[in-house]
Amino acid sequence: MSASLATVSYIGATILFILSLGGLSNQESSRRGNLFGMIGMTIAVLATVFGPQVGAAGIPWIVGAMVVGGAIGLYAARTVQMTQMPELVALMHSMVGLAAMLVGYATFIDPEAAKEFTGAAKSIHEMEIYIGILIGAMTFSGSIIAFGKLSGRIGGNPMLLPGRHFMNLAGLLVVIYFGGVFMESHTIAEAMTPVIVMTVIALLFGIHMVMAIGGADMPVVVSMLNSYSGWAAAATGFMLSNDLLIVIGALVGSSGAILSYIMCNAMNRSFISVIAGGFGTASAAPKPAGGAAVPAGEVVAVNATETAELLREAKSVIIVPGYGMAVAQAQHTVFEITKVLRDKGVKVRFGIHPVAGRMPGHMNVLLAEAKVPYDIVFEMDELNDDFPTTDVAIVIGANDIVNPAAQDDPTSPIAGMPVLEVWKAKTSIVMKRSMASGYAGVDNPLFYKENNRMLFGDAKKMLDEVLTVLRA
Amino acid sequence: MQTGVAATSGDTAAPANIQTAQRIGVPREIFPGEKRVATVPDVVAKLIKLGFSVCVESGAGDAANISDDAYRAAGAAVVEGAAQLWAGSDIVFKVRAPTLDEVALTHQGQTLVSFVWPAQNPELLKTLAERRVTVLAIDALPRTLSRAQKMDALTSQAGVAGYRAVIEAANAFGRFFNGQITAAGKVPPAKVFIAGAGVAGLAAIGTAASLGAIVRANDTRAEVADQVVSLGGEFVKVDYEEEGSGGGGYAKVMSEGFQQAQRAMYAKQAKEVDIIITTALIPGKPAPKLISAEMVRSMKPGSVIVDMAAEQGGNCELTEPGQAVVKHGVTIVGFTDLVSRLSTQSSTLYANNLFRLCEELCKTKDGVINVNMEDDAIRGLTVTKDGTITWPAPAPKVAAAPAAVAKPAAAPTAKKAHGHGAPSEPMAGNKLAVMFGVAAALFWFVGANAPQAFLAHFTVFVLACFVGYMVVWNVKPALHTPLMSVTNAISSIIAIGALVQIAPPLVVGAAGRPDDWIRWLAAAGIVLTSINMFGGFAVTQRMLAMFRK
Repeated sequence: MSASLATVSYIGATILFILSLGGLSNQESSRRGNLFGMIGMTIAVLATVFGPQVGAAGIPWIVGAMVVGGAIGLYAARTVQMTQMPELVALMHSMVGLAAMLVGYATFIDPEAAKEFTGAAKSIHEMEIYIGILIGAMTFSGSIIAFGKLSGRIGGNPMLLPGRHFMNLAGLLVVIYFGGVFMESHTIAEAMTPVIVMTVIALLFGIHMVMAIGGADMPVVVSMLNSYSGWAAAATGFMLSNDLLIVIGALVGSSGAILSYIMCNAMNRSFISVIAGGFGTASAAPKPAGGAAVPAGEVVAVNATETAELLREAKSVIIVPGYGMAVAQAQHTVFEITKVLRDKGVKVRFGIHPVAGRMPGHMNVLLAEAKVPYDIVFEMDELNDDFPTTDVAIVIGANDIVNPAAQDDPTSPIAGMPVLEVWKAKTSIVMKRSMASGYAGVDNPLFYKENNRMLFGDAKKMLDEVLTVLRA
Repeated sequence: MQTGVAATSGDTAAPANIQTAQRIGVPREIFPGEKRVATVPDVVAKLIKLGFSVCVESGAGDAANISDDAYRAAGAAVVEGAAQLWAGSDIVFKVRAPTLDEVALTHQGQTLVSFVWPAQNPELLKTLAERRVTVLAIDALPRTLSRAQKMDALTSQAGVAGYRAVIEAANAFGRFFNGQITAAGKVPPAKVFIAGAGVAGLAAIGTAASLGAIVRANDTRAEVADQVVSLGGEFVKVDYEEEGSGGGGYAKVMSEGFQQAQRAMYAKQAKEVDIIITTALIPGKPAPKLISAEMVRSMKPGSVIVDMAAEQGGNCELTEPGQAVVKHGVTIVGFTDLVSRLSTQSSTLYANNLFRLCEELCKTKDGVINVNMEDDAIRGLTVTKDGTITWPAPAPKVAAAPAAVAKPAAAPTAKKAHGHGAPSEPMAGNKLAVMFGVAAALFWFVGANAPQAFLAHFTVFVLACFVGYMVVWNVKPALHTPLMSVTNAISSIIAIGALVQIAPPLVVGAAGRPDDWIRWLAAAGIVLTSINMFGGFAVTQRMLAMFRK
């Protein structure tokens, strides 16, 4: 295959990738979008392998590596639980980061790669290598930590070192300084020291950045890392003068950035404040009710039978799922209840807060897995006006996203965050394991409202009981 | 009357002290055919509990079957003649907008609560403002505010009208509504079609269904379909995709294509049903003509049309406002006083709406109202205050939509500068200027220093950022997770970088090139990215396969 033919194939692949992202904008076209992505990837890989830049000697290596990697990837995709999607995505981001880093190193130690460059072009090429490795390393270590946090291997509490902003700043200055040293170096051996120092700092920075972010902010982190993995690909593209990599990297990078931005908006917080960290204070395990419980009234607890009664008498019901539903794996039971109620002519809808769960769109995926039809799953803005005409609103394992303090109490840490107004329903039922506060560490006045009922216990167990009563 | 206040102002006809209890006056409605009255004895008692004193013009409740004695028994004073009543009242409750004669009776500082229709009556509004009367137009209530529903007189009156429309139809219709199987033979149920499922339409659906008729209804707003069904009706869809919500619970004008499909549907219904009740109104516009003369002709003899939009010109071409006429064998009822025909009921509901309003105005329960312009509901109602016209009110505060403003800090600045062309809200001017400045400086720097070859790549990069932004911006939140996993899979395009390094034909074996090192690094890169590539696409496919309708 000639160089021109390879380039043309790249253009085709680029178009397919753009169509792929565009196709994902709604459910009808999403499957086709994914298919476009696969075709695009196949074309890009084949065009490269059979293109002028790969010699025959490389083919066995490539085939071997792809078979190994592909098998692992397909196995992971088959076996992953939908509740573990955030972990999987974070882990995959780390692979892109690591790959970018490795490719950067490979380019760096290849004396042939820089041969054609002179003057300013050579400086730019060196800068591209340096930045490429930097972003790759940051993405890698940050994603590993995010994976650890999401899978519960590392505690969800933000780790706030004293003077952490200064540490980051110092790290940045060191990186810039060694960048200067790197550019001055004449041989690869000479340049090795600055590159390794920079890599270590970048790895530490990635760890530090994600460690400082609490559990509730994870959706932002996951989409931010998604964005980073894109920028890493783009940086690699500059390094290798490959337009396809640049384009795809930029596409992925900007789409991740947009998602992060949407998530931040949903929490009414600035991007900087999320990254600076220190907001989410609790891990997935509920804290003992000790300091946080400032009772503002009485809490009315109900049992599963009473909940079932309330549901049976309702004409319209809104279900608000949160991370607790994912933890308890209760989505299938939720849908069974939904089916029973819908058969009885009750109007059941789902209200999804943009930051419910641990990654953007997490709840939608879980509900889809449980076969909940997507036309009864609504976004917060579509549904918020309907609560006053709703008989029962059930909150399953969510807290901050239904906290009225966000609207009523200007001093609350979550003031101004858009929330689902479940307290406006005739009755609201909150399913929770205990009276602990949410990730933001804020007490929830909703629990003390007159029309609110609490159903304590594991979400799955309680819902199973509700279902049994409903079916009886 | 509260204790203590009674000692100073008393129950006499003497003008009430402004600072203590205010007096609410209810005149007789003088509009021809208007039988309602703005308060009823039950509500009088409640108003007095709030600390007000109440006086009613003699004969005000006659048309609604409420005698002067009934008002007296509830604690209201009854006065003769409108002039005395207006002069002695701090607050006047009315139903219809005041006529010019009535406006002449107002005095400075007085508060008037009634239907006003400020959009249709600018002159009236101006005169009232000049006389420094504070006017609360009950029809200007912000209806979308859930707190305001208890005060929503438009809704309460429309409900009465919808009920009455069915009763009028039953009156003019020569058959049963419900189907019966009798010894004398089988009676089929009447088929009723209701155009427009607003408050009046829904009330009509409920009433007709409870009489046993088969009820069908249609509305341009698809979201009311569930409400129609909940009242026992059947929602008839127009075979055309368009959403007709125009804000504030009203419908908007629809496109030509939609209207055509709608006409076809109406023509079909006209042939099938016995009774048509039309309620379609669009605020500030003549009522849409839904039923043509042709459709009337196609109806069965003895059928009935009740046109509830007769006052705004009617939904049927043959409607004669204010009358019931028979054309082509079809009785077309165009009464404009449906609400007045049920005056006791509508007066009671209206009086309750006004009482709820008083509660909002007088939270201290001391008989003195406070027109608090900070309150969204009150602000919306108030159309004149202190001699100025305060209508229309600004839109009530609502939660800001997560609108597009700017890109997050992670995006390069160069991209931001282009962001203004994207389908997002315009940025604040100064912010935009700063961004342009930064972008210009950045571009200048790049342009001054970078070689041509780099710029080619840079162009591609900036454009691609932009494309990514455009493509992804409108993705539904439900698809964020699949989007992330697909972008993740796509980012394994970095494999290309590893592929070209593994064995470049021209340079392998070149002097000083650490071939083995590079090969192993690249192979590791390929393994990693293939995990991502295959895993990412496969898991996305798995997820998308789960989304179903």
